[in-house]
Amino acid sequence: MPEGTLCNKKPVDTAEGINTLLADTSGNTYYQEMKALEVDSDLLWKTIQNTFKSRMKTWFEICAHCGMCAESCFLYQVNGRDPKQVPAYKIQSTLGKIIKRKGKVDNQFMRDTMEVAWAKCTCCNRCGMYCPHGIDTGIMFGYLRGLLYQQGFVPWELKIGAGMHRVYRAQMDITNEDFVDTFEWMVEEYEDDYPGLTVPVDIEGADIMYTVNAREVKHYPEDLAEAAILFHIAGENWTVPSKGWEETSLAMFAGDWVACKMQVESVYEAMERLKPKRMIGTECGHAHRATVIEGPYWAGRKNGQPPSESIHYVEWLAEALNTGKLKIDPSKRIKEPVTLQDSCNYIRNQGLKKATRDIIKHIVEPGYFIEMSPNKEHNYCCGGGGGFNGIGKFRKQRNIALITKRDQILATGAKLVLAPCHNCWDAIRDLEEEYEIGIRWSFLKPIVIKMLDIPEHLKPEE
Amino acid sequence: MHDLLTGVFFWIALGVCLIGMLARFIMYFRGLSWQLDRVAYTSYPGVGFRGAVRSIYKWLIPFGTYGWRTQPFIAVIFFGFHIGAVLIPLFLLGHNLFLREKLGISFFTLNAAFADILTWTVVASAFFFVLRRLILPEVRIMTTLYDYFILAVSIAPFVTGLLARYQVGDYSFWLNMHIFCGELLLIVIPFTKLSHVFLFFASRAQLGMDFGIKRGGMKGTKMAW
Ligand code: HEM
Ligand code: SF4
Ligand code: SF4
Ligand code: SF4
Repeated sequence: MPEGTLCNKKPVDTAEGINTLLADTSGNTYYQEMKALEVDSDLLWKTIQNTFKSRMKTWFEICAHCGMCAESCFLYQVNGRDPKQVPAYKIQSTLGKIIKRKGKVDNQFMRDTMEVAWAKCTCCNRCGMYCPHGIDTGIMFGYLRGLLYQQGFVPWELKIGAGMHRVYRAQMDITNEDFVDTFEWMVEEYEDDYPGLTVPVDIEGADIMYTVNAREVKHYPEDLAEAAILFHIAGENWTVPSKGWEETSLAMFAGDWVACKMQVESVYEAMERLKPKRMIGTECGHAHRATVIEGPYWAGRKNGQPPSESIHYVEWLAEALNTGKLKIDPSKRIKEPVTLQDSCNYIRNQGLKKATRDIIKHIVEPGYFIEMSPNKEHNYCCGGGGGFNGIGKFRKQRNIALITKRDQILATGAKLVLAPCHNCWDAIRDLEEEYEIGIRWSFLKPIVIKMLDIPEHLKPEE
Repeated sequence: MHDLLTGVFFWIALGVCLIGMLARFIMYFRGLSWQLDRVAYTSYPGVGFRGAVRSIYKWLIPFGTYGWRTQPFIAVIFFGFHIGAVLIPLFLLGHNLFLREKLGISFFTLNAAFADILTWTVVASAFFFVLRRLILPEVRIMTTLYDYFILAVSIAPFVTGLLARYQVGDYSFWLNMHIFCGELLLIVIPFTKLSHVFLFFASRAQLGMDFGIKRGGMKGTKMAW
C-alpha cells in the first residue's frame, strides 16, 4: 500500500478531507500509515533538479565542516551540545544525503528526516549569522520541508493547517462571515466605553487595511476589539477586508508552497480591491514573515513587495506613539522589571528592532526595562517557532527547546514579558505552564490601552 | 623535470584555476534566482550592493563579527592560516621573481623574516585545524577523509616550501615537490571545497544582498554581523 487514506502525497483541499484528518485522534492512524508511505524518488529528484540552484549548491560545496555554527543554535545548546544538533550536520545528514543519493532514499530515512526538519530546527535563521561562509541553514530547512511535504512526510497538524489555508484561506475553519461577525460583535461589546467605536468593513481607499491572525477570531476576540480601540483613539482611517483578512500561514511551516501562494494572494487581492495606503498586520511574527517578507515571492511579484506598502503592528504603534497620535499617561507606565521577546521573524529577519524599543520608551518607566541576553537580531528563538508549538508528536522536544527562553527570562529577573508575536506568546505561556517560573506575558495592545491618555471628545459621557 | 614544472605545468595549473574559477563565478551568479532564493536582486541594486560589501568585509576583519568574537580560538587559527595562505603565494620574494619572469608582473615583496613567520603560522594553524577536527565532537561529527585531504593539499606547498627553504636534504627535490604541490593546489581549487577561495565572496555577497534587500536593509537596519 504505497499511499494511505489519511497520510499520502495529496494535499487536503476539501472541508471533508480536513474533518476526516481531524477525526483521527492525535494523528495515530496517520502516522501509522506514514510507515508504509512510498517515496517517489523520481519526483523528488526532478523537483530538486528544478529548484536546487547555485545558492544552496554552493553552500553545500563550500561548507568547511568547521562547526562554527554549532554554538549559535539554541537547540544544540539546550540538548546537551549533542553534535547531532549542529546546524550543518543536521542539514547535511538529511537534505545533503537526499541530494547525494539523487532522491533514492527510503521510507525510514524520510521519517527520520521529518523529525529533524520539524523538531530539530525552527527556521529561526540564527545560525546563518554565525557562519563565516554565510550559509543559512534555516533557509535550507525551509526548502527541505517543501520536499518532505510534497512526499507526504509532514506532521499531522501541519498537513491539516495547510489544508485549512487551501479551503478557508485561514489557518482554521473560520469563514469570512465568522470573521466579520466576530469583529462587529466584539466592537459592540466595547461601544459604551468608547463612543463611536466601529469596525469599518471593506472601505476603499482607507489609510490602513488591517489583517489578523485567525486565532484571534477564534480564541482571543478581545484582540480584535483592542485593535479597533487603538485605531479609533489614534484617529486612523482604517478598514478590514471581508475577504483576505488572514495574515498567517501554517502552509509556510508545512512547506506547502502552493497553499502559501493561495493564502497570500487572498490578502493581495483585498489590497488590490480596497487600495489602502498601507496594510498593517497584527502582533504576529510568522504572519508578517509570510505575507509581507516571503509572500510577494510566492505570488511571483518580482519586486518582492506586496501590492500595498505593508508594515508590522509594532511599526504602526511606534509611529503612533512617536507622532503623538496615541498619548500615554506617564503615571500609568509599567513600573516593574519588564523584558521583551524579540521575534526572529521580524527582528532578525526584517530588522524592526528600533520600533519595539521606541514603544518601550513610551510605555515603560525609565530604568525598568531589562534586555534579554542576547537580544535584537541575536536573540534566540522562543523555542516554539516554525510550527514546533503545534506538533503533538514533537511536544517533548519542544518542551526542552523552551529551556533557552526560560533561562534568558530568568536571567533578566523580570516577571513581565512583552511578546508581540503570537507564536512567541504561546511558547512563553507554555513555558510557564511547564516550568512554573512565575512570569506573566502579554501582547502590546492590552498594555497600551490601559495606559492611554484619551482625548476628552473620545471619552464616554458620564 | 624542473623545466616541465615551471613551464607547461605551471601554465596549465594557472589556467585551470583562473578560468575554472571565472566560469564558476559566472555560473554562480547566473544560477541565482530571485524567485527561488526569494530575494529581489535586480530591483534594488543599491541596497543589495551595500549589503553584499558589508557582509564580505566585516568577515574579513579579525574579530569583526559576532561569529569571530564569540569563538576567539577558531578566529585566531582561521586568520593565522589564511593571512599566510593568501599573502605568501602572491608576495614572497621568490614567487615574485618567478612571476616577473613568467608573466612580466610582480607585486610588492614581503620581508623575508616576516614571510618565514607567516609560513610557520600557516603550518601551525593547520595543525590546530586538525586538532579541532580530532577533538571537538561538533567538528568531528562532520569531518570526513575529504576534509583531511583538503587540508593536506592546502598545506603541502607550505611544508615543502619550508623544507626547501631550510635545505633539509636535497634542495632541488624539495623545490620541485613544492612547485608540484602548488600547482596541484591551483588545479583542485575550482573542483573542490577549496573553490571557497573565490566562492566565499559570492556566497557572502548573496547573503549580504538577502539581508540588504529583504531582511532589514530597506528598513534602515544594517545586519549586525
Ligand atoms: C581570499 C581567500 C580566502 C577566503 C576568504 C577564505 C575563507 C575561508 C573560510 C570562511 C573558511 C571557513 C572557516 C574555518 O574553517 O575556519 C575557510 C576554511 C578553509 N580554507 Fe579558506 N579562504 C581563502 C583562501 C584559502 C586558501 C588560499 C586556502 C589554501 C591554501 C584555504 C584553505 C582553507 C582550508 C583548508 C579551510 C578548512 C579549514 C578546516 O579544516 O577547518 N583558504 N576559508
Ligand atoms: S559554520 Fe558554516 S561552514 Fe562551518 S560548518 Fe557551519 S555551515 Fe559549514
Ligand atoms: S535555523 Fe535556528 S533552529 Fe534551525 S539550525 Fe539554525 S539556529 Fe538552529
Ligand atoms: S515564534 Fe517567535 S521567536 Fe520563535 S521562531 Fe517564531 S518569531 Fe522566532
